Amino acid sequence: MLDLVIFLPLLAAALLVVPGIGARWVWVAATTADLALTGIMWAGYRGGIGYETRLRWIPSVGAGYHVGVDGLSLPLIAMSALLFLLCAVYSWRETARPRAYAALFLFLQTVSIGLFAALDLLLFFVFFDLSIVGMYFVIVGWGHGDRARSALKFFLYTFLGSLVLLLGFIGLWLGGGTFDMVELIARPPAIPAVVLLAVGIGFAVKTPTVPVHTWLPPAHTDAPAAGSAILAGVLLKMGTYGFARIAMPMLPTAWQDYAWVIIVVGVVSVLYGALVALAQENLKRLIAYTSVNHMGYIVLAVGAAGLVSGAAQAREVAVSGAVTQMVSHGLVTGALFLLTGVLWDRAGSYEIGRFGGIAGTAPVFTTMMAIASFASLGLPGLSGFIAEFQIFTGVIGAGAVVAGALSIVGILITAALFLRMLHRVFLGAPGELRVSDVRPFEVAAVAPLLALSLVIGIAPRWLLDLVEPAATAIVSLVSR
Amino acid sequence: MIWVLPAVVGGILLLVRRAPRLIAITTGFATLALAVWAAFARPRVRFRMIFESGFAVDGLSAVMIVTVSAVALAVLVFAAGELREARFYGFMLIFVGAMLATITATDLTTLLMAWEVMGAMSYALIGYWWRDSWRVHGAGVAFVTTRAGDLGLYLAAGVAFQTGGGLAELGGSGRDLIAGGIVLAALGKSAQLPFSFWLSRAMAGPSPVSALLHSATMVAAGAYLVLRVRPLLESTGWAVPLVAWAGAITALLLGAVAVAQRDLKQLLAASTCAQIGFMMMGSVAGGMAQLVAHAAVKSLLFLGAGAWLSALGTKDLAELRAAGRRFPLVGICFGVAALALAGVPPLSLWVTKDLVLAGAGSAGLVVVGLAAGVLSAVYAVKAVVAVWGADAGGNPRGESRARGRVGGLAAGPMPVLAVAAAGLGALGVPAVFGEWSRLVGDPGAPGVSVGELALSGGLAVATAAVVAVRLRRTASKAAQPGEDARREGVAHVGAAVPLFAGWLGLENAARALVWDPMKRLADALAWFDDRVIDGAVEAVPRAGMALARIARRPFEAGMDDVVRAVAGFAGRLGRLARRPQNGQVHTYFAQAAVGLIVLAVVIALVR
Repeated sequence: MLDLVIFLPLLAAALLVVPGIGARWVWVAATTADLALTGIMWAGYRGGIGYETRLRWIPSVGAGYHVGVDGLSLPLIAMSALLFLLCAVYSWRETARPRAYAALFLFLQTVSIGLFAALDLLLFFVFFDLSIVGMYFVIVGWGHGDRARSALKFFLYTFLGSLVLLLGFIGLWLGGGTFDMVELIARPPAIPAVVLLAVGIGFAVKTPTVPVHTWLPPAHTDAPAAGSAILAGVLLKMGTYGFARIAMPMLPTAWQDYAWVIIVVGVVSVLYGALVALAQENLKRLIAYTSVNHMGYIVLAVGAAGLVSGAAQAREVAVSGAVTQMVSHGLVTGALFLLTGVLWDRAGSYEIGRFGGIAGTAPVFTTMMAIASFASLGLPGLSGFIAEFQIFTGVIGAGAVVAGALSIVGILITAALFLRMLHRVFLGAPGELRVSDVRPFEVAAVAPLLALSLVIGIAPRWLLDLVEPAATAIVSLVSR
Repeated sequence: MIWVLPAVVGGILLLVRRAPRLIAITTGFATLALAVWAAFARPRVRFRMIFESGFAVDGLSAVMIVTVSAVALAVLVFAAGELREARFYGFMLIFVGAMLATITATDLTTLLMAWEVMGAMSYALIGYWWRDSWRVHGAGVAFVTTRAGDLGLYLAAGVAFQTGGGLAELGGSGRDLIAGGIVLAALGKSAQLPFSFWLSRAMAGPSPVSALLHSATMVAAGAYLVLRVRPLLESTGWAVPLVAWAGAITALLLGAVAVAQRDLKQLLAASTCAQIGFMMMGSVAGGMAQLVAHAAVKSLLFLGAGAWLSALGTKDLAELRAAGRRFPLVGICFGVAALALAGVPPLSLWVTKDLVLAGAGSAGLVVVGLAAGVLSAVYAVKAVVAVWGADAGGNPRGESRARGRVGGLAAGPMPVLAVAAAGLGALGVPAVFGEWSRLVGDPGAPGVSVGELALSGGLAVATAAVVAVRLRRTASKAAQPGEDARREGVAHVGAAVPLFAGWLGLENAARALVWDPMKRLADALAWFDDRVIDGAVEAVPRAGMALARIARRPFEAGMDDVVRAVAGFAGRLGRLARRPQNGQVHTYFAQAAVGLIVLAVVIALVR
């Protein structure tokens, strides 16, 4: 079942080689089927590691094809499947080499879902690197602006990060004698803390946190809208997911010792990302920097989970908030990037100063942008609040009161910057550039994301019931 | 869960946009009916959202939900005469739902959620006419300022996690942090000092919005929260006096600000801050009495101002002269409410203000409260004289939107509110007050003494009389010199003090002390990000390229030169070797002969 979910998109991509098959139909059909299968998987999940598959691959180094899902990975797999489907819908009108475009996204879908399902470090690493390759071609092939340069920067920077990560994985292998995650988690290898440094840097680049984030703004600015949505919505999660899946349970002692470093990196990312976003004049760069801010909350939360002196219950809330934030950020920032794609499509610009009063000509567009913005600034009733509130509560409850209080200031800055953006771009007097309203396929691509954000914001239990046991498990593993 | 009804209907209205006025008023009635039912039935629900949460109606919230629903209904009916768009009613209903949820929440998490949704809806409502940039800006200022206060609530909710976050069981180790956070949030929402300026900006919204936000909801929520968590505040020892003094100073200073305003809505807004200040000063029972009476008075005043704004196209006090005479029904209702605001006996606020002062802890608070009461008499009478003063001729400079009439729907709710504004003073009758204080959970709250009532009533009447007489005199004097001065009329009173006319410069201070430094920091960090951090990143490939060039120039090229020299040498050798091979037999023969001779010599020598 899980294997089908992982490889169905790749099979569909292979089908595209056959000439005469409509690329967009295959793409939408495959992603729909994949989402449906994920839904069935969710419904049938009964705790622990579900849908496990274990095959021999490179037995000489103890690496195998080992996949499975739990409360940490299942929400991310479902979110990715949804986002890939909606990107397919959004790209309905893509005219530039649609066949290759669809194939590339289907490839990225297999890679992303495979990464979240991977239970073997080497398998994880392969998917991790392939995601970089896939996104490189998306940016360089279908981007705009200075795309070749941005794509190259993205590739080299994150690839370098992944090499450091590989060093860390090799360290884990040297200590544990296997690449199998389940075994490494069950018996954490006794290895020096420098391994955590390598693993941490590798994931920090991908997340990204300050100060290794500067590949993100140009990559987002020059990527096509669907590419940005996947990059922010799915690929960034690979970093934070790695912290929770690999770094915390496999290196618990080092994690506890250096929890404060991670907390500081998180708080700095929160405040720095928000402030730099406030100063941006380019809408896509602005959203990119809010991603740094939002990812900072996750890093802060997983850092606070390592404060063993704090109450375990509070730390579980923090981790649960971190996972919720991963899902929420995928939905909300995915929506924001798809919506900025509308601006580029109509006016060919992201310059905030050149727009104004868009609400007059594009009321539906404005409404969706306003909802997405309020979701991103953490308004209760939308998913961002559920995530961030858990993080604040958990971090403060775990004893990091000052860090929690500082990070709360972040939501004030994001409120100011989003309202300022809405005011300058969408409200007030008309600006220099005209923007017509969203078309049906654009609504169909964005509205489900916002609706789901609203559902999670009002009735989050169905999600939290899945996440909380996983959060409890992670906290008990990192407390060893 | 009565908040669900308006919130859901409002949400549907935003999506469907059919027959908004009918639906909104019907929902308003249904909500009021539900609220009355809930006030008696006292329903209670518990559920698990993020943590254990719940809604419940107790005595305090029973009073509040009825007040809110009643004022909301009155405002919706009034609005139906003015605005047609579904968007407006959708936001209004969600706003009301959020307020009701705030009131009935039993834990900090749900309270915070409803509290913030209310703030967001106020943003949408204040910025309702979004084409005007200044209105949107005002809405943004209002939202960001109140959210700055809300951060306290986030902190409090985080700290309270240990104790479960239920409002009833707040306390424990983080007691002071929780209390501080809640006080900060309440002061922000209630536009107390130093947050008051956002209320001035909030006047950018349509009049019904002002009538709803500044009477029973939004600003009242802060006062309600302070009253709700009174046991926690008392347990800290410092929070109650802090809140009381913040309220008292706000009542005094914002009273002076109100006196100095020449715009009717701005005057009312400043007076709202001042009157909310009173709610912070006394006992729970007194504060609630003041809250309810003020809700009736202030919603009525804003509706009156709104009616004239749409009828005459102005809210400038100078241009509203004789507005009360042209629209007597509105004028009389407005007059009743304004006199109540002035604290003139036997109207409601006269009594409730004294109920508050009776519960004030210290003599200093009472003195400041009385002084603030005198100021409220001054500004209220200023407003009355402005709208009832003789028409000095000259047409008001109306905006084009002026309609010249007040519709039946718009005027309908006013007499009802006027009765409430006049009669709610009955709460001060000892037997009634005893019941009241038991109802709101504050039994034994000090009632009001006759002497106190006489003192404050006398002060109010005397002040009102003096002000009225002086204003009429200045007005008639000013009428002599010329047209411009005549227009000014009473509006200029107090406006000469720029500090008060400009809301104490609070917004500029906030801008200069918080926003500007933050924006500069943001710009500096953006520069730092581009130049330093990304500069360092970009330097890596540049350094790599430089290294590559060095490797090419001396090293790679040097190696290449050596190789090339060797090749050249070999080539030259080759050319040299080619020279003898010229195809001529006699030279080959000669070469062979020479070779043989050399060979023979070598052999001979080696032997």
